[in-house]
Parts: sequence; C-alpha cells; structure tokens
Amino acid sequence: MTGGDITQYFDYLFMIMLLFIGLTIIRLQNLFAVVMLTGVYSLIAAAWFVSLGAADVAITEAAVGAGISTVLLLAAMLLTAREAKPTTAFRHWAALVVMAAAGVAVFYALGDLPVYGAADTPANTGPGMAYIERTPSEINIPNVVTAVLASYRGFDTMGEVFVVFAAGVGVALLLNLSGAGRREEDGE
Amino acid sequence: MVEIVAERFTYAVILVLMMVGLYAVIATGNLVKRMVGLSIFQTSVFLLYIATAKVFGGGPAIFDYDDLTYGTIPEDAIYANPLPHVLILTAIVVGVATLAMGLALVVRIREVYGTIEDDELSEIDHDDELKKGV
Repeated sequence: MTGGDITQYFDYLFMIMLLFIGLTIIRLQNLFAVVMLTGVYSLIAAAWFVSLGAADVAITEAAVGAGISTVLLLAAMLLTAREAKPTTAFRHWAALVVMAAAGVAVFYALGDLPVYGAADTPANTGPGMAYIERTPSEINIPNVVTAVLASYRGFDTMGEVFVVFAAGVGVALLLNLSGAGRREEDGE
Repeated sequence: MVEIVAERFTYAVILVLMMVGLYAVIATGNLVKRMVGLSIFQTSVFLLYIATAKVFGGGPAIFDYDDLTYGTIPEDAIYANPLPHVLILTAIVVGVATLAMGLALVVRIREVYGTIEDDELSEIDHDDELKKGV
C-alpha cells in the first residue's frame, strides 16, 4: 500500500467500535438499549467522517443521525414495545443465507472500487475536483461543500426539501396529529 | 488478490457493516428493531461514499479565509472530494424523513393490531381471514 497517513489508524479504531456496536445491536432484545446504541453508532460514524475529511457531513450526522433519529426511535419505542422477541432459528439461518449471498455479491465488486485514499482515481478526479477549482471564481466562499450544495446542485437540495415536506405530511396524516375525525368518535 | 483487498480494506470493513445492518433487517421480527437495522445499513452506505472521497493528506474542502483571493485556490493544497459529501448530506436528511415515515407506520400498526412482532401480525391477519370465511 502506498501513501497513507495517520488518519488510517483512526479508521481502524472506528471500524472496531462500529463492528462491535453493530453486533451488539443484533444480539440485544431490549429496545431501549438497541435505540441508544444506534445513537452511539451514528455518533461514532460522525467522528469517522471528521477523520475522513468530511466536516459538514459529520455535523449533519451528529445532529440529524445521532440526535433526531434517536429521538424519533425513542418516541416510537415508547409508543409501541420495550422488548423484542428473540430471533427464531429459522429466521436466523434465513437471514444468514441472504446476508451471505449479498455479501458475496458486494465483495465480488470490491476490486472495482477506487483505491482507498488515492487522489488519482476516477472518483476523485472528475466533477468533485472541478468544483474546488471553480468555487473561488464563481461562488467565492471558503466552503466548497456549501457552494456545491446551495448553488451548483441547488435543485438537489430543493428536491430534498420536498421529500422532507412530504414525509412530514405523511407522518401527520398517519398519526392523525390534527385530531380531525377523532373528536366525533370520542364525542359519541 | 491480497493487494487488491489491502488497498481497499476500509471498504471491505464498511461492506461488512452493511451486511450487519442487512442481517438485523431480516432476522428480527420486531418492526422497531427492523428500522434500527435499516438505519445501520444506511449509515454504513454513507460511510462507503465518504470513504471513496478520502484523499490521503487532504482535509475538508474549506479554504483558509486569509488566503482566499478572488479566482484562485491555495497552491499545493490537498482537499477531500467535496461531491460525495454533498450527496451524502442530502441522503442523511432524506434518510431521517423516511425513518420518521416508517416509524409512524409502526406506531399506527401498534394502534390497530396491539403488537409490532411480524409473526403475531400475520397470525392476526390469518385469523381475520378465517373469520370472514374465505
């Protein structure tokens, strides 16, 4: 392996932690512990994003992934059940078979991924680097990610807002948050 | 073969994390835990994208404010690829939107059926069909 820098050692640390948490989540049946560990998983992923040089993604993952997701999962857990039933042997083996099949497929494709950390791979020489070159003259703000998010790919972000709005409306309708229709039943 | 994997070891581990999430989705019958598995899978996909954007020695694609003169970038500076970062920023927010939607469905199922274990759900559905005399 050529190149490499100190962040690789962080990679190994985060890998071990994430694998351990993931396997623990699978084994636990107490939903409260599962939900809290999911928050920890997101938080450690956010720390890894910092070491991978993705500061903006790390902030979003820490706030949205570790924060809002955990709150949503906690609320759903409190409204539904505290314990999950243990996995049956049949499901366990069925899941292992599906996992093995999918695993073989993705590992077959592993060799086609760009070399980790290299600057001259197709993934890292295309439009991404062009954005860095063009941002100072076209947008002229220090943060390239912000420039791409809000300007070059602004339509993406607008679509994202529509998705969030649709999801919000969907949740409100499903949970009947307005209380419409419920009053008639209660009144009778 | 060994070299191919050694150069992509980070991806390999992230793929294992994805498979852990996939297992959690399929193996458990509890709908909340299934959403948790989905969210693990999702976070691992984010990690895969961000890992491809990594450039050794490169930090976040943010220019030093003092060096920023119109139309030029600081010389011999190395930055991580910002494009996957932007895509994943969008994906994280959309991921939470879908998670909220899924959990709302789970809560509704609990209101109607009184359980969120999928084997019990199919039993109740089966009994209902028998009562209807199908």
